[in-house]
Amino acid sequence: MEDALLYDRLQFAFTITFHYIFPQLTMGLSFLIVLMKGIYLKKGDEKYNKAAKFWSKIFAVNFVMGVVTGIPLEFQFGTNWAKFSELTGNVIGQTLAMEGMFAFFLESTFLGLFLFGEKLIGKKLHFLSALMLFIGTQASGLFIIATHSWMQHPVGYEILANGKFVLNNFADLFLNPWLWPSYFHNQAASMVTATFVVSGIGAFYLLDGKHLEFGKLFIKIGIITGSISIVLLIFPFGDLLAKQVAKNQPITLVAMEGLFETTEGAPMVLIGQPNMNERKIDNAIEVPYVLSFLTYNRWNAEIKGLNDYDEDLWPTNVPALYYAYHMMVGLGTIFISIMLLSAFLLWKKRLYEQKWMMWILMFAIPFPYIANIAGWYVSEFGRQPWLVYNLLRTSDGISPSVSTGNTLFTLLGFVGLYFLLGVLFLLLVGKVINKGPDQINSQKLETL
Amino acid sequence: MEILWAVILVMMLTIFIVMDGADFGAGIIHLFFAKTEKDKKSIINAIGPFWDGNEVWLIAGGGVLFLAFPTLYASSFSGFYLPLIMVLWLLIFRGIGLELRNLVDNNIWKTIWDKAFGISSLLLALFFGAALGNVVRGVNLGGIENGIAKYESIYFFTPLWNENFSPLNIHQGVLDWFTVIIGVIAIVALSIQGATWIIFKTNSDLNSQLKNLIKKLAISLIFLTLLSILAWFYVKPNALDNYFEHLVLWIFPLGSVIGIIGLIRIKSYKQDYTGFIFSTLFIVSSFASTAVALFPVLLPSTNDVNPALTVYNAAASEYSLNVGIVWWIISFVLVIGYFYFVHRIFKGKLDDLDYH
Repeated sequence: MEDALLYDRLQFAFTITFHYIFPQLTMGLSFLIVLMKGIYLKKGDEKYNKAAKFWSKIFAVNFVMGVVTGIPLEFQFGTNWAKFSELTGNVIGQTLAMEGMFAFFLESTFLGLFLFGEKLIGKKLHFLSALMLFIGTQASGLFIIATHSWMQHPVGYEILANGKFVLNNFADLFLNPWLWPSYFHNQAASMVTATFVVSGIGAFYLLDGKHLEFGKLFIKIGIITGSISIVLLIFPFGDLLAKQVAKNQPITLVAMEGLFETTEGAPMVLIGQPNMNERKIDNAIEVPYVLSFLTYNRWNAEIKGLNDYDEDLWPTNVPALYYAYHMMVGLGTIFISIMLLSAFLLWKKRLYEQKWMMWILMFAIPFPYIANIAGWYVSEFGRQPWLVYNLLRTSDGISPSVSTGNTLFTLLGFVGLYFLLGVLFLLLVGKVINKGPDQINSQKLETL
Repeated sequence: MEILWAVILVMMLTIFIVMDGADFGAGIIHLFFAKTEKDKKSIINAIGPFWDGNEVWLIAGGGVLFLAFPTLYASSFSGFYLPLIMVLWLLIFRGIGLELRNLVDNNIWKTIWDKAFGISSLLLALFFGAALGNVVRGVNLGGIENGIAKYESIYFFTPLWNENFSPLNIHQGVLDWFTVIIGVIAIVALSIQGATWIIFKTNSDLNSQLKNLIKKLAISLIFLTLLSILAWFYVKPNALDNYFEHLVLWIFPLGSVIGIIGLIRIKSYKQDYTGFIFSTLFIVSSFASTAVALFPVLLPSTNDVNPALTVYNAAASEYSLNVGIVWWIISFVLVIGYFYFVHRIFKGKLDDLDYH
């Protein structure tokens, strides 16, 4: 049964990680497309329309991938986590069904309209389609994070004698104090991915000496919106979310930070490896007092370390949690430096000539993806060993009738299929980028 | 309130079968009958703007099942683990086949994705039919064997098939001769649905050929349906109890009969949408006939130890159902609005559309 739990977890982790490559771009990119279409409508500058069209193509490939890899996630609640679904369906059935009814129909309808293009539906309706798509992607994210937040910090429920969670306050699902910081932190993070991709492709064009006009435009749009997003991501949203963790999951917080001993004026570990045998951080580089200050706004506040909690309550994999968190925070720090420096150079009108900065922007493209996924790993590893925090253990949530071999078979099947999808995705996006925005007929989406 | 949600669930699944069923059928027609690039383009244009939205009825139906009948969702999704995951893989193949075929201008690329689209459409029709067959036949809830339960009362596991392919074997398989009959019916019925949709939405050269095909398929569908009813009696002797208690329910099978007669006369219609209406009537009536025969059972039990999952014992709590209905109605009105909007924009024949 131990193996079954492992394969169930691996399959969900694998399929959701692969899935999240796509929505993190489309949620942010749909905003940038609305922005470009909006400027075009207002100014009538065809350049913005062509830019929007170019990104729509990349959006479309990503969106299709996101849809087809998203369906297995909803199904897996039932196929692999049947006991969890049976016990909590009264609560999370609401938010998951709402995603289907409110977000999926909206997205699929307006994606079709948007891709068939302006010629068919006219300028204004085309803008409206882009806007509706943006709203759809945001709504989808909201319902998923509402579900996620309930698992992290359950509210509005009671537990019956037979162990079932029953909803008793619908509004609480959306007033959950965990929800809004998570949601805005996540949406800002998806904006960061999108803005790094847009400015990175712009930098690629400048370095390549092609599509210069569009390259500059992409960099400008990406840097301005990206700088705003990365700042908001960290403060207030990241800070607010960390305060939720400190308040509701104090063990998770100290495991993230790698704090074993209860300490007054706890330091923040910048770099170092958790040593679980000796319960310390090897080769630590620390900044004193910072953790206490960030958590309680007092430099000398005492923070209870992992050693003083029952080990049975520790997150299942402390080093994984620690590394995921430090990757996210470390990359975030690098991103804010890149964005603000670029914004400064842009303001001084010296950005496009700095070749080194163009190389940095181009090579930065994969890193927001890593940071985003690391961020999700922080919240998921942090919640373990619980499915519903402090109430339902992960090991009690798996399907009782699905054997280990069957799960391993489907896991391997997903790995193979998604490998194929990944190759196709890179091929198609590569073609769009290589062809460039100049070649696009703004009246319709033709073959590549 | 449970009954209302059961009606909503059946309705959403019916809309899925009618709308996306036409897309699956178009895929099957595409696989066997589309020879020229022009025919292929017409068929893909006929479903291009709609298929994605149509498929959402399945996903949203799954969501509503989770919301309203979480016990059934947990039981059936884990019990039908293998076929469901395979359906997911097929849906992925079918989706990318449709969307990626035109993105690279190369004949071999197009052929590969055309086949992926066609074959996965065919297999999906078979699987959805077999799924209905499984629900009608019932499963061994609790995994009872020689009086010993392997699982809790609502759980079961169905492998893909059993050693003698029989629905009466205690180890049921997803595919046995009964569920395969229903699967074949689904292939035929959805092929008709797809063909009538193509006739409705295109001026393809295939249309007159398709009318001949529909007539032949409709006649074979009559025999298949009669065969399935006999098989149903053999597997479940009390299958028609609800019909004898409430005579008004005969209106549903009557609808199926009218639908199929209408399909046989396909060549005489002046309007291109008439065939689609009769085909839809057949599918809706047949699906509803099956649902009312089962009511209030949602998933029958084939042993005497554990009771079937019903509208009552599988439902969510009253509060969840009551609060859910409020937002569901709002969302449903919006969805109807979107569909009206899209079908108005893409009205008429779509042969010359430039599907990306």
